[in-house]
Amino acid sequence: MSATRAALPPRQRAAETGDRPLDRGRRGSTLLRHLAVLLVVGLVLVAVSYAVEPFRNFQLATVAAYLCATAGLTVLTGLNGQLSLGHGALMATGAYTVALCQNAFADRGLTGGWLLALSLLAAVLGTVAVGAVVGVAAARLRGPYLAGVTLAVAVVVPALAVTFDGVFNGEQGLSVPVEPPPLALGAYFPYERWQLWLSGAATLLALLLVANLVRSRYGRTFRAVRDDEVAARLAGIHVARTQVLAFVVSAATAGLGGGLLAMLAQSVSPGAFSLTLSLFLLMAVVIGGLGRLAGALWGAVLLVALPDLTHSVTELLTLSPAVAQRLEGNLPLAIFGVTLIVVMIAAPGGVQGLLSRLGRGLLARWPARRS
Amino acid sequence: MSAADLLVVRGLVAGYGAAPVLRAVDLTVPAGTIAAVVGANGAGKTTLLRALSGMIRPSAGQVVLAGEDLGGTPVEQLVRRGMAHVPEGRGVISELTVDENLRLGGLWRRDRADAGRALDEVYQLFEPLARRRRHLGHQLSGGERQMLALGRALVGRPRLLLLDEPSLGLAPRVVARTMALLRHLRDRTGLTVLLVEQNVRSALAVADQGVVMSLGQVVIAAPAATLRDDDDLRHAYLGF
Amino acid sequence: MDRFVFLTVDGLSRGAVYAAFALALVLIWRAARVVNFAQGAMAVAAAYVAYSVSAATGSYWLGFLVAIVAGLLLGALVDRVVMRHVDHASPLNPVIVALGLVLVLQAVLGMVYGNEFRPADVPFSRSALTVGGVAVLSPYDLFVFATIGVVVCALAWMFARTAVGLRMRAAAFAPEVSRLLGVNVGGMLTLGWALASGVGALAAMLVIPTELGLHPHAMDLVFVSAFTAAVVGGLDSPLGAVVGGLVVGLLLSYVSGYAGSDLTPLAVLVLLLAVLLVRPGGLFAPVAARRV
Repeated sequence: MSATRAALPPRQRAAETGDRPLDRGRRGSTLLRHLAVLLVVGLVLVAVSYAVEPFRNFQLATVAAYLCATAGLTVLTGLNGQLSLGHGALMATGAYTVALCQNAFADRGLTGGWLLALSLLAAVLGTVAVGAVVGVAAARLRGPYLAGVTLAVAVVVPALAVTFDGVFNGEQGLSVPVEPPPLALGAYFPYERWQLWLSGAATLLALLLVANLVRSRYGRTFRAVRDDEVAARLAGIHVARTQVLAFVVSAATAGLGGGLLAMLAQSVSPGAFSLTLSLFLLMAVVIGGLGRLAGALWGAVLLVALPDLTHSVTELLTLSPAVAQRLEGNLPLAIFGVTLIVVMIAAPGGVQGLLSRLGRGLLARWPARRS
Repeated sequence: MSAADLLVVRGLVAGYGAAPVLRAVDLTVPAGTIAAVVGANGAGKTTLLRALSGMIRPSAGQVVLAGEDLGGTPVEQLVRRGMAHVPEGRGVISELTVDENLRLGGLWRRDRADAGRALDEVYQLFEPLARRRRHLGHQLSGGERQMLALGRALVGRPRLLLLDEPSLGLAPRVVARTMALLRHLRDRTGLTVLLVEQNVRSALAVADQGVVMSLGQVVIAAPAATLRDDDDLRHAYLGF
Repeated sequence: MDRFVFLTVDGLSRGAVYAAFALALVLIWRAARVVNFAQGAMAVAAAYVAYSVSAATGSYWLGFLVAIVAGLLLGALVDRVVMRHVDHASPLNPVIVALGLVLVLQAVLGMVYGNEFRPADVPFSRSALTVGGVAVLSPYDLFVFATIGVVVCALAWMFARTAVGLRMRAAAFAPEVSRLLGVNVGGMLTLGWALASGVGALAAMLVIPTELGLHPHAMDLVFVSAFTAAVVGGLDSPLGAVVGGLVVGLLLSYVSGYAGSDLTPLAVLVLLLAVLLVRPGGLFAPVAARRV
């Protein structure tokens, strides 16, 4: 099938995969629409960064970093049907790459704003390499086997930081030197605002690429493979290649997310990328709504907001410091876990599924009410 | 309904999803008789058996076994009420041995001694099974699987035996033997049989009552001999 | 040579625990077609209960007993309250729910007991007895071998020889037919979860004192090793799980003894990937591997 496709002239090939001229027009407008949305969101973010206090800026920046990873996981698990419990490890790969690069630059006395971009690019590339290896293995595995392997990756990779502590400095981890905001922005430009700008810009760029990918021919093959592998194969889709591609894409975004986290925290350590992080990410995309990019946003927001919320709640209660510490560390986990189970059993569409159902319900009522 | 009617079905409606396959089925099977349900593919014969044994839940209607309403009885309780269902494809558990398959048929019984006796009787009834006690289900031939499935149902000493397509995929000689065995069991032990068959001739040859189903309803229920011998009826409902 | 003997015995002792844990995974896999990713967390929870009981009564054995009972109950509870209600249409769903359970259990343990390591007691000495000048095995190793040997044999006997075992196997292989034959399939499933979880709790009680101690995450790596063991043996084979457990135990012991204990996690991952890529059905796959 793929051979015949290659032999067809481009116009016909497009027709075969559903890209009729009409579609082509729509695809062009899809890109434009995404660009427009990106621009608006970017402007809103800048406005927000001036409106809110530095701590909120930092939190938003963290949401953006998580959003990279959850968007990638949404593509992989939601659109392509591959479960990964190892995305925390992929984030760790990105984070450590950024740490090593930034340290190498600092050691050599190199300075300049573009160095961070270079480090983030290296993080993406490094994670892509790791993701490709895992993805090739994953493409041959199904269901619980894939889950088991990626779980092993999630447990083992952070332990490598201890195994090779000459490079990764063990449990202590590495510090990540990041330059202050450029002077052109003014001497008193808050550092957190600068972090939000960087993190937001990188994330929006990544989201633009992912959103276009999802709408493209590749996105359709991802879904086709998820829904029915045999049918996809009969339709001429190279299943294994599609699965590896999905894994690589989601690894790239996870790596970027990890790199951004390293930049935000200005340090990396294996403790920050434990199995729990991998489970958090999975939970975020499931609760947000599997297979919907908007769901990835809800998930990322939850990842940041829920611990913050439980922190506020535990502060309201008068507890001994030890008890408060235990609660604060674990309450979000418990809430996440319970939510995950309840969502899986009661509302498999997640938050975004509920919202769009609600939205459709309202829209359906609207004309009726007007008439 | 007379006291002699073991199974009485009234207005049974059942199906998969929204559209019902059975549309108000009425049926009566007297105790100690063989009833053969025949009809075209898709008439709802298998669905009828599945609804009787509770594998699908009827949406309306009543199933009465020996005067007891079976409504809401869980599937696994039906053997305890005296109903045995040999499903389509026979349901031999291929990972278990012949002996294990057979014992499974009597595990629910309190009377362990009689369950043991029933097991021995089945082995006497089906000689080939006795020789292959330790063989796994998937090592058996089609005819042996048929014996195993029947034998496993008999270990539970049922009053009513539901049989789904016992002739499917078997040689005519084996089919004839099975039908003869059903007759033998009816005469000897008073077993009541509700048989679903594509093979109309052999089914009507053994049955006391013939039930013709079409599009989810019983279109005619008559003595099997009448259906066999009345050419008009046969042409009209069975197409031969 | 001495070292080799020591590492072999140590590996077998560790492997026996992996074998038991892998066996528990296989039990649930066969019964429900679910790999119970929460098994490690469930086992740790049972071990914490034992810890509390032992601390309150001063009796190791009472705690040991309570751990197994707690494991049995927790397994039944997880099946009845959670897993029974999960839509199994997609194999992702039960896995995700099991991971949710991991989060909940570990969080609750962390809230109640705190996230620090607690020393776990052993009923027998862990210092090795010497035979002809060679340190061979400790009384604790003997205890591990004996306990797991008894449990494995008891399970094998139960499944092969008893009526309940026959019902459980039938329910796992052919749930619909089993119901027609009067088997309470739902009950058998719950029993399977309970037994598996009980065996998991036992394994946790045996392995935790030999590692860093009691911690909400104490079984994470053990779970990965046991999963690897189950995959090595083929997820469908109880015998394979036992052999796989011993193989993984030996391998990890040699890697840790000759190459450094830091490398054991990596060794597990490499072994798991190697087995899955070369023989996805496990080393004991009877026929061509089933695609799952």
